[in-house]
Amino acid sequence: MTKSFRIAFKASIIIISVVAAILMASIILWLIGADVSDTFFAIVFEPLSNMLHISEVLIRAIPLCIIALGISVAYRSGIINIGAEGQMAMGLLAFTGVALAFPDVPRPLLLPLALIAAVIGGGLWGFIPGILKAKLNVSELLSTVMLNYIAAQFYSLCLRTIYLDPAEQVYGTGTPQSMRLTENVWLGRITGRLHYGLLIAIVLAVLIYVLMWKTTVGFKMRASGSGARAARYGGISVGFYLAASMAISGAFAGLAGGVELAGVHRRAIEGITNNYGFSGVVVALFGGLHPFGIVPASFLFGLLIYGSTLAPSMVGVPANIVQVMQGIIIIVIVTAQMVLSNAYFQNRVWRKYQALMKKEG
Amino acid sequence: MLDIITNMLSMCIPFSVALLLASIGEMFNQRAGVFNLGCEGVMAMGAFVGMLIPFLAGHGGPVSEWYNVLGFVAAALLGALFGLFFGLITVTFRAPQGIAGIGLQMFGVGTAGTLFRHFVGGTQSIPGIPDIEIPLLSKIPFLGDVFFSHNIMAYLAYILVPVAWYVLFKTYWGLKVRAVGTNPRAADSMGINVSRTRYEALIVGGALAGLAGAYLSIAQAKMFSDSLISGRGFIAVALVYFGHWHPVQIMGGALLFTFAQTFQTIVQSMGISFPYELAVMLPYVLVIVVLSFTSRNQITAPTALGKPFNREIRT
Amino acid sequence: MDRRIKSLKMEHITKTFPGVLATDDISISVGEGEVLALVGENGAGKTTLMNILMGLYQPDEGQIFINDVPVHFKGPEDAFRAGLGMVHQTYMLVANMTVTENVALGYRNAGEKHFDLKTVRRRIEEVSSRYGLMVNPDAYIWQLSVGEQQKVELVKTLCLGARFLILDEPTSALTPQEVDELIVLLQRMTKELSIIFISHKLQEVKALSNKVTILRHGKVVFSGNTDDYSSQEIAAKMTGHDIVLPMNEGGKKRGETVLSVQNAVVMSDRKTPALNNLNLDISAGEIVGLAGVSGNGQRELAEAINGLRKVESGNIVFLGKDITNKTPREIIDAGMGYIPEERNTEGIVPPFSIKENFVLKDVSSGLFSSACFINGKKIDATAEKLVKRFDVRCPGIDTAAGSLSGGNIQKVILAREIERHPKFLVAVYPTRGLDMGAVEFIHSELLKIRESGIGILLISEELDEIMNLSDRIAVIYKGSIQRVLDKKEATRERLGILMAGVKEE
Repeated sequence: MTKSFRIAFKASIIIISVVAAILMASIILWLIGADVSDTFFAIVFEPLSNMLHISEVLIRAIPLCIIALGISVAYRSGIINIGAEGQMAMGLLAFTGVALAFPDVPRPLLLPLALIAAVIGGGLWGFIPGILKAKLNVSELLSTVMLNYIAAQFYSLCLRTIYLDPAEQVYGTGTPQSMRLTENVWLGRITGRLHYGLLIAIVLAVLIYVLMWKTTVGFKMRASGSGARAARYGGISVGFYLAASMAISGAFAGLAGGVELAGVHRRAIEGITNNYGFSGVVVALFGGLHPFGIVPASFLFGLLIYGSTLAPSMVGVPANIVQVMQGIIIIVIVTAQMVLSNAYFQNRVWRKYQALMKKEG
Repeated sequence: MLDIITNMLSMCIPFSVALLLASIGEMFNQRAGVFNLGCEGVMAMGAFVGMLIPFLAGHGGPVSEWYNVLGFVAAALLGALFGLFFGLITVTFRAPQGIAGIGLQMFGVGTAGTLFRHFVGGTQSIPGIPDIEIPLLSKIPFLGDVFFSHNIMAYLAYILVPVAWYVLFKTYWGLKVRAVGTNPRAADSMGINVSRTRYEALIVGGALAGLAGAYLSIAQAKMFSDSLISGRGFIAVALVYFGHWHPVQIMGGALLFTFAQTFQTIVQSMGISFPYELAVMLPYVLVIVVLSFTSRNQITAPTALGKPFNREIRT
Repeated sequence: MDRRIKSLKMEHITKTFPGVLATDDISISVGEGEVLALVGENGAGKTTLMNILMGLYQPDEGQIFINDVPVHFKGPEDAFRAGLGMVHQTYMLVANMTVTENVALGYRNAGEKHFDLKTVRRRIEEVSSRYGLMVNPDAYIWQLSVGEQQKVELVKTLCLGARFLILDEPTSALTPQEVDELIVLLQRMTKELSIIFISHKLQEVKALSNKVTILRHGKVVFSGNTDDYSSQEIAAKMTGHDIVLPMNEGGKKRGETVLSVQNAVVMSDRKTPALNNLNLDISAGEIVGLAGVSGNGQRELAEAINGLRKVESGNIVFLGKDITNKTPREIIDAGMGYIPEERNTEGIVPPFSIKENFVLKDVSSGLFSSACFINGKKIDATAEKLVKRFDVRCPGIDTAAGSLSGGNIQKVILAREIERHPKFLVAVYPTRGLDMGAVEFIHSELLKIRESGIGILLISEELDEIMNLSDRIAVIYKGSIQRVLDKKEATRERLGILMAGVKEE
């Protein structure tokens, strides 16, 4: 097999995948009678048209990046975390709890404290499915989904009861939300609504790179994920690293919640998680489960998510279209990966190609 | 008190239908060795299409029963199509099933939501399907209400349980499905087309998931919304583990979970001041607890579950 | 239905797998009532050729002829209809189904229209009484021993109407006595059937076949009548070069007891007892071979010693310390070396590079890392050294270990274990499926380890390997040691009797 054939093979698989993805999305758009190119323009290019839009894209990229980094750690360790949505909610609750309890503690102390609480909240929520998988072999795909629903209900319950803004009670409007959090837990802003969470995300990306590829802990996590049985035979305590990676993954999602709260919303309300937990899975896969891929990928998906909020008013396409696109992207990525790594298929194509050349030459 | 209990139990059967249909479908998938987490998405699509047809026919007003039938048929066909699509991804291209299923779920839920907003818009109700009181039997006190006063789909779904058992254990197709899910290599060496059998099981499973979704929108909620399915597809997958891949035990599981879901209704109707959210959580917590007790050492599990088959790769 | 197969020919069969030319222009032919022995080393292409004959693989080039008519099999169902049947080396049975259900699975593809378990059951009884192959049609496969499963395979194949039998290494999991029985049975069958059988054991080839074809590296290197050649001549043609496997010459006094397994009770995956009060002592500087039909607790013993399987009762003492139910990590740190049974899934992490696999057990030992941070240079240097010293054929130390050939993977594992300077080594099927060159290399390395005064527990299903290498031979049957024989007392026959569970005296 020649090298140029291999490159051509890979390139054509990738091109076919992209075409397939666009085709699938186009079918849905065609069904609702939307103009395909206008919609793509509204979602992909409109958000880049001015600085205000770009900063909104970045605001969405921040939680995506942090969550996806955590998901990549778990994924590399052999456990698929689709519970970031719930872990983020638990991070939000912990952050809010600290902020509401100690409004007078000065900012240099309170902000880190609240962020740590968010880390712990999310980490614990991630640890549950991790330990259940390690000890009792419970499918993490199912347990994390269930924990998402539980966290969502718990979040609503807290907003409606213990965290409820006293003002809501006075005026009787009853919107389930907390009071505006003390300025002592606010993250500063760079420009517009864009906050310093951006730097946190980038620093975390570097940290994850070091953890996974430069330390023995990362080595053992990757070994557990790439060949659990062999890792166990090699004396690596696979269950421990499985649970630990899930706790890390949850901690990142919790932190994303804390950062989002401190930087953007500054009060606990419904809808902060905004499906970031699921989008994070797509970002992690799209970024090749590597921090240096995840950073650009989170920008791209921040773009799609923000773009889809522009779509209803610009081209009359419901914002749900972003979820459709994410589903398509996951399916296409995992399928393309399998086809690319299928040496048998590549071999068959190569022989067909040779036979064709023989006939012509 | 007896009224409330009767009320709760009589809700169990109709409310369990969606879970039952979806998990019997998922059982066929898993028996053939394919783990389809996209069930949730297929149900969402089924629910949307199922309500769309009677809605377009009557715009909320009464419609001929045939439109409801058409809704169910369309949902089943669409579900079958999704099963076929999942087969293409996981059987032909051998993509990892867990994550591909999540993709399918997002795609299904997202598409249903998108199309719903375009074709229907806001909350719109449809007439639904009537309950059929079985003559004489429905007059029996207590039992009549609990067992014999439900809609036609509920009866059909429960007839499906013995049918599924018969198909799985007494027919050649069932034998093939069990073989390709346990030892695909052996099945292959016996001249059974492993991929084709898995496709067939996925199509059956998809159709049942589609029906389950349509049941939720047409018969149960009489409307569609983004949160209509709210995890029932995932619970259905969990029920298959809980029921050890056996239709009768799966039926037991479906009833148990429905009972947990009706708990919130009893809380409200009795006027107890119990946080509504905690009641809603109950079935989800139950899933985790049940999985914790049933996931280890499943010797009945189809041993090739989740493993793509490639004739030429020897392991 | 009763079309006879007067002749079967495969001509110019070529088949490639990614990176491997599995069969290269192979031609064979078999006449009615003939027995062809297909002989060759592991990886010579025998099984691939037979899978092509059964329609499981499609050849890239070449043709199959039955009674001089070209045929094309799209799948095994076509081969069944033509009257072919194959018993694969790993039995193709569905464990959680009954014998009847397993036969029924292929029944319709053999041309029967109806699905009726009663008919299938009757057919099984008919066939089994006709050939004297007694099987219980209602037994579940997982309840049967390996020998019984083979009978089921034969019955299944015959029920499906086979008039031409293909047997892939039919004797590999049997005791010597069971092998004799099988040979008698097959000799009786040749009156009605033609047979191709794959083997690398020359006694069987001599006993059973009229014709022999030898494959090497995917090519036919020899074809002829069995009776015209001696076993030695065939053996020489099979390997192509005179490899003389190294032997344990004995000598050397036994050292102190290093590993002592005392009354160990261990459960299998199915929660049935796998080890039943097993006792075994092994000393420094000796190789103890564990002989037995596979599935008698070998795997569980190795796993229990290495902390990978729970010991229900009894003790395992290593260098005077009790290591019963310690974690794998603690046992590794105590100096245990281990070559596991499944080299691809237990021995290496396949997507990891060769160098990463070298340090799998020691990455945090301080040798290759300091304060949690990996020392890449040190790992590279060690890996380069080991690749050279153990002659691992690979493009580089960053190559994924899973992409190597079986022999090279085994070298990576052996290198890792030896480099760790273990105080004891458990080697499970260390040469399974390897070609003679690799076998020779691994055998001589094992003997070198022995020379350096380290004890070895050698678990193998090849009696020759055990008899060549061991100082003492322990025979395992149903989870306990039947007897431990000294090298000098051990003969094939005696081991066979013990392996079958017959108590001496």
